[in-house]
Amino acid sequence: MSVMGLFFIFIFSVAMLWLARQGVFESPWLEEGEVTHRRRAAGTEPPPAAKVGLAIFLAVAGCLFSLLTAAFFMRGDAPDWQLPPIPGILWFNTFVLAASSVALQLALIAARRGEFERVKTALLIGAATAGLFLIGQIWAWRELLELRFFASSNAANAFFYLLTGTHALHLVGGLVALARTTDKVRGAGRVTRALTTSVELCAIYWHFLLFVWLLMFAMLIGWADGFGVVCRRLLS
Amino acid sequence: MTDASVPQNVAPPPAEVEDVELYHAHSWLTKYVFCQDAKVIAIQYAGTAITVGVLALVLSWVIRLQLAFPGAIPFIDASVYYQSVTMHGMIMVVYMLTAIFLGGFGNYLIPLMVGARDMVFPYVNMLSYWVYLIATLVLVSSYFVPGGPTGAGWTLYPPQSILTGTPGYDYGIILMLVSLILFIVGFTMGGLNYVVTVLQARTRGMTLMRMPLTVWGIFAAAVMALLAFPGLFVACVMLLLDRTLGTSFFMPSLVELGERKDYVGGSPILFQHLFWFFGHPEVYIVALPAFGIVSDLISVHARKNIFGYRMMVWAIIAIGVLSMVVWGHHMYVSGMDPWFGFFFAVTTLAIAVPTALKVYNWVLTLWHADIHFTTPMLFALGFLVTFVNGGITGLYLGNVIVDVPLSATLFVVAHFHMVMGIAPVLVIFGAIYHWYPKITGRMMDERLGKIHFWITFLGAYAIFFPMHYLGVLGMPRRFYEMGETAFVPASAATLNIVITVIALAVGFAQSIFFYNLFRSLKYGAPAGGNPWRAASLEWQTPETPPGHGNWGAHLPVVYRWPYAYSVPGAPEDYLPQNAPPMSGEHSP
Repeated sequence: MSVMGLFFIFIFSVAMLWLARQGVFESPWLEEGEVTHRRRAAGTEPPPAAKVGLAIFLAVAGCLFSLLTAAFFMRGDAPDWQLPPIPGILWFNTFVLAASSVALQLALIAARRGEFERVKTALLIGAATAGLFLIGQIWAWRELLELRFFASSNAANAFFYLLTGTHALHLVGGLVALARTTDKVRGAGRVTRALTTSVELCAIYWHFLLFVWLLMFAMLIGWADGFGVVCRRLLS
Repeated sequence: MTDASVPQNVAPPPAEVEDVELYHAHSWLTKYVFCQDAKVIAIQYAGTAITVGVLALVLSWVIRLQLAFPGAIPFIDASVYYQSVTMHGMIMVVYMLTAIFLGGFGNYLIPLMVGARDMVFPYVNMLSYWVYLIATLVLVSSYFVPGGPTGAGWTLYPPQSILTGTPGYDYGIILMLVSLILFIVGFTMGGLNYVVTVLQARTRGMTLMRMPLTVWGIFAAAVMALLAFPGLFVACVMLLLDRTLGTSFFMPSLVELGERKDYVGGSPILFQHLFWFFGHPEVYIVALPAFGIVSDLISVHARKNIFGYRMMVWAIIAIGVLSMVVWGHHMYVSGMDPWFGFFFAVTTLAIAVPTALKVYNWVLTLWHADIHFTTPMLFALGFLVTFVNGGITGLYLGNVIVDVPLSATLFVVAHFHMVMGIAPVLVIFGAIYHWYPKITGRMMDERLGKIHFWITFLGAYAIFFPMHYLGVLGMPRRFYEMGETAFVPASAATLNIVITVIALAVGFAQSIFFYNLFRSLKYGAPAGGNPWRAASLEWQTPETPPGHGNWGAHLPVVYRWPYAYSVPGAPEDYLPQNAPPMSGEHSP
């Protein structure tokens, strides 16, 4: 649960900073007339609703993964806990997912410059590598199952499947969004502002999933064991 | 932060907020069934929530009948009793209260109160309702499978919830978990909408500190729900895997009916942590919208600005933050480290500070006010009394040393029904009487409303107040039968009978409300646009009920906060939020 503590300190600090900037210290009963929003008064445009929506969704997904992590460390205290061996393909998968993230970032850069063909290519590469990652994950599952590391034989195995499965499902959702974006790009024939936003949202989501995967991979390898020990010592 | 460069008393420049591409319904089906208009979705949400709520009310009668006349009613055996307890709790907390406050009032009021045309993601909003409906159908369908619904208690604690001795072992528990997972998915879609609409779609001039407290309450509750429901989600998924795949997330090694189960080393306490990580914020997910709505009802019907608006906002935020770090107080008897218990007791008792602040502010709003004892006001006052009562018993239970003997007695049942059962339900009734004229264009009958209020309020008190005494006697909750006990006197059985009779009567009396609700649709007095002479934006729509897109050709521009009542020098005793400033106007 220390993990949740860290997560919430982060979320609450962001929320509080934002609230303070939005003027929760103002006295509305003393103000009359038209009040323009601060950030709009500064001449900047408000972010698109979809981007704010994504940011909030990332907070929710982050909360979900933090809870799974917390559960991982709490359950990991039991004597029967035995992490499964890590299939070698996961290293390859990590590389592929990172490549996918880079491709989408390149697509975003190209979209901002208005280079239509490069956006298209980069999006396709991003989607293909993400698909390859998913296939690799299934491969890793098969490898473990062939070695008879079943979800029911040890809770650590179960966590392996649960964590990778949850992450993969999030990526599948992302792929649906990415497919729609690619479809829009093809239909539009040129880079529009709405398209740039769509590409940006995909890129942000991909970076988030890469970040989650890296932390998760470290946990599954056992690099984070020390952190788990610290967490438990804090709470007991 | 008045912008001095904007000249006063001239026609405002066109709204800065871009007009969104509005969704248009093309057929009857997309207009009334698969509709993306937040107002229709709100009514669908509320209708579904009230329907399952009535089912849960009937289940509470089953519980009460058994407690008053143990064994006298043939069809109530132990299984039926436990199934009723479980379903009553789960439906009321999740499928009724959460859904009606956020899905119902949130959908209807947020766009209207912040001056938006609709939610920002209308399609996702529609999807949210349909997933919610499927979730409730899955839940109710557990009555029609072999073994019936689960009888694990609404907390679904493993290991007992997924062992064969618990009713509904075969399918009930699986349907319950699947239904909850669906509910959370649906809710997350809705919650994203409520939060982003408040953040992004406020009309010109509607700063955060000019939002009605109703919106603040729903907004804070939606944020909390988005962060808390993943806890339940994780718990449900893992429990489902334990039940179906035989994993050992929560299940320790155990012997059942002489047979050794395959589970090894799981931690039931881990489930409790995850469950209550959701379960406690859930209380405030229900309470914060109620706080917000009550603030508005009191202010409107007492013709006075809310006392300490800024403090009220801060209190909502403080309660939201604190409520995420108190879940451990549900687990005092789980054998936790005393320092841990101390921490949770401190945070729990600390919540009393912002909550008490809100109560004082409501009372000070009423002080020297022009109180109109309309039905919504009566319900708001009823809430105040009930909430204070339930809150004070919360202080008892928040202390570890008092909680340990009272834990799992009827005292706890009395406490949480007062504070998060009766109190929010009174607010729901008040809110329906208050906003019904806006939703339908007709008033509900005041006389029937007052009869409904007095029966519900006094009746609910008569049900739950004596329960505290039963709890102090040590009468346990959840027990199917008491049997022979030395510490419970015979008079306790008499009291149980009295409570049951009143519960049946109060339950039936709700038909007055439903009669009034449906009759007023056709025969209610025409309400006009603003029957309560309220200042907030939802009463200023060009049409009543608000048309598609809410605001006609132009979005409203907001010039002041929503509590400008009894303003000296104003033509009426209130100033709508969107009325241009009078020359030389100074705030009340």
